[in-house]
Amino acid sequence: MTNSDRSGLDTSTPDPITPVLTRRWLSPRAWDIDVYEQLEGYAALRYALTGHPDQLIELVKASGLRGRGGAGFPTGMKWGFIPQGPTGAGAKPKYLVVNADEGEPGTCKDIPTMMADPHSLIEGCIITCYAIRANFCAIYIRGEALHPLRRVRYAVEQAYAKGYLGRDILGSGFDLDIVVHAGAGAYICGEETALLDSLEGRRGQPRLKPPFPATSGLYASPTVVNNVETIASVPAIVQGGSSWFRTMGQEKSPGPKIYSLSGHVTRPGQYEAPMGTTLRALLELAGGMKDGIPLKFWTPGGSSTPLFTAEHLDVPLDFEGAATAGSMLGTTALQIFNETVSVPWAVMKWTEFYKHESCGKCTPCREGTYWLLQILERMLHKQGTPADIETLLDVCDNVLGRAFCALGDGATSPITSGIKYFRQEFLDLCTAQPSGGVDTAAHDQLPELTGASA
Amino acid sequence: MTAPEGQPESVGNGNDQFPDEVEWEPAVPEQSPLTPVFDEATRQRTVEIIARYPQSRSALLPLLHLVQSVEGYVSQDGIRYCAEVLELTTAEVSAVATFYTMYKRTPCGEHLVSVCTNTLCAALGGDEIYRTLSRRLGVGHEETAGEPGTPGSITLEHAECLAACDLAPVLQVNYEYFDNQTVESAQALVEALQRGERPLPTRGAALTDLKTVEMELAGIFPDLAGAVAGNSAAPETLRGAQLAAERHWVAPAMPDMPPALPDLPEKR
Repeated sequence: MTNSDRSGLDTSTPDPITPVLTRRWLSPRAWDIDVYEQLEGYAALRYALTGHPDQLIELVKASGLRGRGGAGFPTGMKWGFIPQGPTGAGAKPKYLVVNADEGEPGTCKDIPTMMADPHSLIEGCIITCYAIRANFCAIYIRGEALHPLRRVRYAVEQAYAKGYLGRDILGSGFDLDIVVHAGAGAYICGEETALLDSLEGRRGQPRLKPPFPATSGLYASPTVVNNVETIASVPAIVQGGSSWFRTMGQEKSPGPKIYSLSGHVTRPGQYEAPMGTTLRALLELAGGMKDGIPLKFWTPGGSSTPLFTAEHLDVPLDFEGAATAGSMLGTTALQIFNETVSVPWAVMKWTEFYKHESCGKCTPCREGTYWLLQILERMLHKQGTPADIETLLDVCDNVLGRAFCALGDGATSPITSGIKYFRQEFLDLCTAQPSGGVDTAAHDQLPELTGASA
Repeated sequence: MTAPEGQPESVGNGNDQFPDEVEWEPAVPEQSPLTPVFDEATRQRTVEIIARYPQSRSALLPLLHLVQSVEGYVSQDGIRYCAEVLELTTAEVSAVATFYTMYKRTPCGEHLVSVCTNTLCAALGGDEIYRTLSRRLGVGHEETAGEPGTPGSITLEHAECLAACDLAPVLQVNYEYFDNQTVESAQALVEALQRGERPLPTRGAALTDLKTVEMELAGIFPDLAGAVAGNSAAPETLRGAQLAAERHWVAPAMPDMPPALPDLPEKR
């Protein structure tokens, strides 16, 4: 970080909590444009409009910002994929679509962001659209998130009234319209291509990729789809610069991140920390496990990220750290469960969710989630057999990597990780059944018959 | 016979154009697509909604919310209305309406009570809350206690994760949040709704009814300035920020002036 030293930035270890996205949340009515402007709001936009759009793309690339919706794709690179120029795909209109369809179980960061500080999202949208040369932006908000919808819609109206949106924004010659769009209850619409289909007035089912949204997105035009937290990070990066952004977090996962702690902790809530913090550090901030009952399992980033256990308390929660330890960072939705919770039960509940939300487009996910749930329910009703565990793993093996989109992959995560760390609990459900229920000889052959490799 | 659903009604002129040899009697007489249920105000809102989008079909989700705001559910009339104004077939509209859980296909109560029963809420009491309300109201998932549409009638549903996990267990009434619920608080809430009361949500605007919020979901806000002021700052939401303020923790200071933007990349 030699740059940081030259520019006089503090490169010592940051504080345990680093409010950037959450820095206005304590200010009353920060969702109102007057308050937002008093708190330096729209200063980043004014500065950004003095630069060339490509400079902003370079800035975000240099910052190392990675998508906050779960996948962690480098944001600047995504913007750079948008074809520019007077011919071919570059000549088409470009679009920014903000994915505010927050619904991954455990995830609850975008909804408070949109309620507390919607203008940071709007300002980020304007800067992003200027960078990618888009004149139309849609913010797709989950339908059940009614109050965030109001706050964002109100922010858009206020921004129009102040000349931050509409024609010739702040005299720059740049035009932008933003529409705030409500979804209608479908988890799958958080998948970016399903979201685009939904925004086009269709069933929310994912599209085959390629072509990717960067060349063929909304209305088959070049489109950037970014998460709320990603876009809301942009104004701070413009104001602070890429070196400042990199004073927080890790080399490959820089910046601050909102970690959402829920479940059996003393003080659940939103904690914005530098990327790479640990559950141990976060638990300390949150007052430890509720009533002192020990931790049993947790998700690092929503139910689609493989479970962790107490042995993962010190795993650095950034994209690399979570992946190295066998899971994914996802949405940094830390759902924390204590020893009183049965793993097979939790896995069954999550599987119910995936079965309900599977869009039905592809067979592995539609049929797989259905049968996974059947088996898990049977086991929970004490009518399972040890062979069911192998069948579960086999079905997961046939869904993972074979489904049309990540929903199918995500559905297997709680099951395979649950069995990996807590196989005995699944076995105990089987031995608890009335005697005579297990025909071990027959079931020993089952893995072979079904092709299970586990 | 699915012909009526599949016909592009925008093409029709009101006279059925079937070949003579096909004898076809609709089981239910088709009403005019522009059914009088949807009044002039609704039509004006429709125009306003469609005008927001580069392509008209993008208005379909908001329009389905709009017809739901008029009738309390998405009826066949509602399907026909959307098809007509967007020049789609009723089959295309039905395909969309049946995909999304927020579009209800039977008349709903004055209020919609959605209890999160996803894993985390369930572990903290959500399942028990749902079971208790179900017993108390005598209805199951997506069923209505009381005559739909009448004051105090309640449609109950169990919902998937409502993205308020730090405030679990949660439920929503007409999509306004009631956080940190217990069996007792949820039961008291539902009883108050049945008596015609409208308790304040933990986060959200003052309660109205399902039809009114469906209008907002369509993007039509009769009182946005009023509704937007509803509370949002739960203690849980602010915990990290609060703790940082108490302990004087801050993000590293930004430079006084925004640093120069990077140079333009070399043109390839």
